[in-house]
Amino acid sequence: MIEIGGERVPMREQKPEKRIRNFLSVPLGYNEDEVIAEARRCIQCLGAPCERDCPINMKIKDFIREIVAARFKEAFFIMKEDNPIPGVTGRVCPQETQCEGVCPFFQRKNGINIGKLEAFVADWAMKNNIKEILHIKDRPRKVAVIGSGPAGISCAVDLRKEGYHVTVFEALHKAGGVLQYGIPAFRLPTEIVDYEVAALAEIGVDVRLNTFVGQNVLFDELQRDYDAIFIGTGAGAPLFLRIDGEELKGVYSANEFLIRVNLMKSYRFLDFDTPIVCGDKVGVIGAGNVAMDAARCAKRLGAKEVYILYRRTKKESPARDEEIEHALEEGIILKELVSPKKIHGDADGWVNGIEMFKMKLSEPDKSGRPRPVKIENSEFVLEMETIVEALGTTPNRLFLSRTPELEVNKWQLIEVDNNMQTSIKGVYAGGDAVRGNATVILALGDGRRAARAIHRNLSKKK
Amino acid sequence: MHKIVRKKTLSDENFLIEIHAPQVAERFLPGQFVIIRIHEKGERIPLTVADVDPKEDTITLVFQVVGKTTMELSSLKEGGTLLNVVGPLGNPSEIENFGRVICVGGGTGIACIYPIVKALSGAGNEVHAIIGARTASLLILEDEIRRASSDIHITTDDGSKGHHGFVTDVLKKLIKKFKNKGGVDLVMVIGPPVMMQAAAEVTRPFGIKTVASLNTIMIDGTGMCGGCRLFVNGEMKLACIDGPEFDAHKVNFRDVISRLSMFEEKEKMAVAHHKKCLRGKK
Repeated sequence: MIEIGGERVPMREQKPEKRIRNFLSVPLGYNEDEVIAEARRCIQCLGAPCERDCPINMKIKDFIREIVAARFKEAFFIMKEDNPIPGVTGRVCPQETQCEGVCPFFQRKNGINIGKLEAFVADWAMKNNIKEILHIKDRPRKVAVIGSGPAGISCAVDLRKEGYHVTVFEALHKAGGVLQYGIPAFRLPTEIVDYEVAALAEIGVDVRLNTFVGQNVLFDELQRDYDAIFIGTGAGAPLFLRIDGEELKGVYSANEFLIRVNLMKSYRFLDFDTPIVCGDKVGVIGAGNVAMDAARCAKRLGAKEVYILYRRTKKESPARDEEIEHALEEGIILKELVSPKKIHGDADGWVNGIEMFKMKLSEPDKSGRPRPVKIENSEFVLEMETIVEALGTTPNRLFLSRTPELEVNKWQLIEVDNNMQTSIKGVYAGGDAVRGNATVILALGDGRRAARAIHRNLSKKK
Repeated sequence: MHKIVRKKTLSDENFLIEIHAPQVAERFLPGQFVIIRIHEKGERIPLTVADVDPKEDTITLVFQVVGKTTMELSSLKEGGTLLNVVGPLGNPSEIENFGRVICVGGGTGIACIYPIVKALSGAGNEVHAIIGARTASLLILEDEIRRASSDIHITTDDGSKGHHGFVTDVLKKLIKKFKNKGGVDLVMVIGPPVMMQAAAEVTRPFGIKTVASLNTIMIDGTGMCGGCRLFVNGEMKLACIDGPEFDAHKVNFRDVISRLSMFEEKEKMAVAHHKKCLRGKK
């Protein structure tokens, strides 16, 4: 039997019992021999389905060829042509539904580990201080980018490379958006985000932190002062269940929980000043990637029992397989077919339990997943000291309330045309502000598409 | 970086600092607040703005030492710096000619009520100010508020100055005094939540519109974390972007007060740790 491709080079990981005591990266990364061995497995398919299914059409075959030849610098330059943050996407992209998912070896669970190849090259470049070589010819026109998350980063970088004067406005004290406040360091180390985001300033993008557009700087002023605007404000506002007990101490939105841990580094409390209170028994409501992140953070903060409370079953979970597997390995308990009714508290106003309905699955709903249905009189109470609600997020309503002329749909997502242009001429939008809870790579693609449209428009105007 | 251009010690635990913050100074309206962070490892804390000087690009903050961050803030000297100042955040106070207004400030709330007193007087209101504190040395901005209002009433819990008792005693008296003389059109109250709750109960039977400014626990101040949530008429609101001012008769103060103590133990740990570090340095 001829076996082409062979087995995937295994990724070394921190063992679960060790990693639940730290916030360091779970995968340890390939070394040079491993990365070359893994790259060699690629058969350089005609038509490159991996590139076709990459939302930003990275030249995957090309950089893999360079890796095979141990020309990591060249591989890095190829990546950077399409992707300003390969160290990030190599770690957080859902490769199994994109590039790796269409790899001919994927059916045998042996698709080329493109994400880890990408992360290796980005890390190698960081260690060796390799920077993209750019010859930027300044153009006089100015573009404002609102939000420094993935969508804003890609739009800003592409436009800056074309020579525009780009100003990025960020409300928080660090640039990176969800990469800084949302994704935990054990999945995406902070130094990698910091390093890749710092490239913005290095190529001449003006990054203004602590500036909340709509509040400290008005949208009208940007319209007056800039030739085009890109809105990459994301979906940062938490949703709540709106059940009894959400006022209790010990109840967090996943956003608050993750902001405290990731952005404010409260897992290093006393060295850092922002506190977090996490009990021994933690219930995370929801089963998406953010729920997995929150549950795994809780474990690392020292919680003894961490539950994912989900109204459907593992099969229907929107989280990536890898995230669920990692969570389960770490001892997180997936409690399926339950739906919260009420959060219980003690006399001092602290959470002490959650009351839930048992659920059953019924015929599929619009999302194609079986609809969870309440079983009457099935309520039961689980003791809990901390509750984290990970129900998804919506766009910032303050920003939208200050831009009433911007058309939004019923989910408050900004309406755009094929060029990412909004209902206001010269104003573009992309990423989660347009898509809701989507991915880093789709946001990068949006930013890039908007940058192209902005460039087309501004370069033809005299 | 935001330089401290002036610092004044108001009492053992109350301080005033004037800092360079052009973006805030240019746009600040009464009722708004800022979020500051002192250094790279610092937490983000909301502080209300007592005054601005747009010509000098400065803002004035008054704070009480309650935890590690405010302790560190109080130890900074003129010429020292804060790493970040974001703002102005929150909605400005509703300023129009209501008629007769009583403005109540308690503790550091006195600093927050001052720009509102000024603005309401400027809009043509007859403004009666009540300021109260635990003891006389904690009374701040008395002269400034006196100048900006029709009259000023002072209370201290220990009787060291003015009325011996609470601001609510005077509030009750004033409302009764004006009862047959056109009444009171608005009460604005800023101070500890317990005080605001008590003031709301004083005005409720008279049906006087009462507005309180809520300084709940916040991180980002932009509507992202939901930590500052409170319940107004049973509906969840965010102090950072829906407030900070709300109808005091509709706020669930019990929850507000409870939630403010969520990190109490951790705050004590931080203070103890900080003191230990300071001793170590000596």
